[in-house]
Amino acid sequence: MKAHGIVHKYGDNVDTDVIIPARYLNTADHKELAAHCMEDIDKDFVKNVKDGDIIVANMNFGCGSSREHAPIAIKASGISCVIASTFARIFYRNSINIGLPILECDEAAKDIENGNEVEIDFDSGVITNITKNKTYQALPFPEFIKDIINKGGLLNSIKK
Amino acid sequence: MGMTMTQKILAKKAGLESVVEGQLIRAKLDMVLGNDITSPVAINEFEKNGFTGVFDKTKISLVMDHFTPNKDIKAAKQCQQCRNFADKYDILNYYDVGNVGIEHALLPEKGLVIAGDCVIGADSHTCTYGALGAFSTGVGSTDMAAGMATGEAWFKVPSAIKFNLTGKLNKWVSGKDVILHIIGMIGVDGALYQSMEFTGEGLKTLSMDDRLCMANMAIEAGAKNGIFEVDDVTLAYIKEHSDRTPEIFKADADAKYSRVIDIDLSEIKPTVSFPHLPENTKTIDEAEKLNIKIDQVVIGSCTNGRYSDLETAAKIVKGKKVAKGVRAIVIPATQKIYLEALKNGLLETFVEAGMVVSAPTCGPCLGGHMGILAPNERAVSTTNRNFVGRMGDTSSEVYLASPAVAAASAIKGYISGEFE
Repeated sequence: MKAHGIVHKYGDNVDTDVIIPARYLNTADHKELAAHCMEDIDKDFVKNVKDGDIIVANMNFGCGSSREHAPIAIKASGISCVIASTFARIFYRNSINIGLPILECDEAAKDIENGNEVEIDFDSGVITNITKNKTYQALPFPEFIKDIINKGGLLNSIKK
Repeated sequence: MGMTMTQKILAKKAGLESVVEGQLIRAKLDMVLGNDITSPVAINEFEKNGFTGVFDKTKISLVMDHFTPNKDIKAAKQCQQCRNFADKYDILNYYDVGNVGIEHALLPEKGLVIAGDCVIGADSHTCTYGALGAFSTGVGSTDMAAGMATGEAWFKVPSAIKFNLTGKLNKWVSGKDVILHIIGMIGVDGALYQSMEFTGEGLKTLSMDDRLCMANMAIEAGAKNGIFEVDDVTLAYIKEHSDRTPEIFKADADAKYSRVIDIDLSEIKPTVSFPHLPENTKTIDEAEKLNIKIDQVVIGSCTNGRYSDLETAAKIVKGKKVAKGVRAIVIPATQKIYLEALKNGLLETFVEAGMVVSAPTCGPCLGGHMGILAPNERAVSTTNRNFVGRMGDTSSEVYLASPAVAAASAIKGYISGEFE
């Protein structure tokens, strides 16, 4: 599986309140949530994002609230992968559980800039920065988590 | 090798002799929690995936606390969906307007979580129950759906930071100041993926309300859970609220910690977290010098809406008036707390001081309703997050503080530590 797109770059501690503000949590509709994705940190995100694009950020991405609406909004807005130096743990498991690919890679997170064109090979964990002609190696998923992803998310993986 | 408190609970719940840091396990759950925002997503997933039953109707709690009393039609429909689900599966612990409280104040009060339990909740502040000696952590809605269906959840066994508490808090200093101080010290990702374990001889001087407040904000340091060693204070609380027998897990003497931090409680000063991260802390003396004028005060939430919080605030505002231009909102966290505050005259004190008292709700904490900030407004709040736009407009500011600092600031009109 591969992802390929243009990067939207953010800094440290991007919290779930700015990913999807609570004033929009009166719905669970994926499209409605996507219409307000990143609104409080980047009001042009929704206008600029294209299918397949990639979010890159630094430390502790997705901190704060446990709202699964955050990875849902990101996924429904067309983002194909989030790369960060580190993720907040609830955001990390929510992304795995709903099938939003996320990769921890400090080197890529620091080096990739806004607007770069990036390709990701999920099988090898290799991230290629086409703009800068550079590659970075992300940490592979543990087998246990690969199994959840391969089965199409947590609920599919536990069905008898 | 020795295990931490958290590791011991996880080993027991996974049916294993022992576990080690980094191990992936499946653990049995004693409680699965959701609220009116996260449960609808879980229910959609539960139904979409064809599950037809819940693992135990007594071990699921659905608490309608975030946008209630229903703030708009969409919010009302979310509660309706939860109500219908609770009816369909005969879920015993469904709480709605009339018996609802803010989830993390309500569950301990109802005795639904006790020492030794393993709990997940689709709300990040589920870590609150670590105050009772439980393993308790926030998850998302899909985990909640899986938990309701199977009674199990997957976990990566965490390492831990040990906080060795000594001394005793000074007057007007509370658990809120301790946890803000700690977050200021280690940062908002200082305990990422780890447990925060609280122990030491200073523990016995902390009330249950102080401990619940501290465990509540473990997530604000990125922690998986916060947990307190069980002592006589914990056992007395559990005995008062539950008929179940608690199981006590103590860390092994040779348990491995990534870090040990000594905290002398007598040295903690009232502490304020400045916008826009809980780690941006200043002591009250530093904050006062900046003469920060405020527009709103909120006293409440799963962090600080308990009886002792209201009692502290009432002592400070009694016989005084809220400063001109400040809107002060008091939110008792549960119906029981509300009634006790009513009977003991606290609510009268608040109203006479020019404050408004709300029904139990999360409300303004997450910018939901009941006190949203306009552009460039500032609030002192006893809640737990001060992210950009958390309580309203993206240019508004939230300063996190204890009920004592919030009450004193309401009277002065700027951030103040003048308690008497």
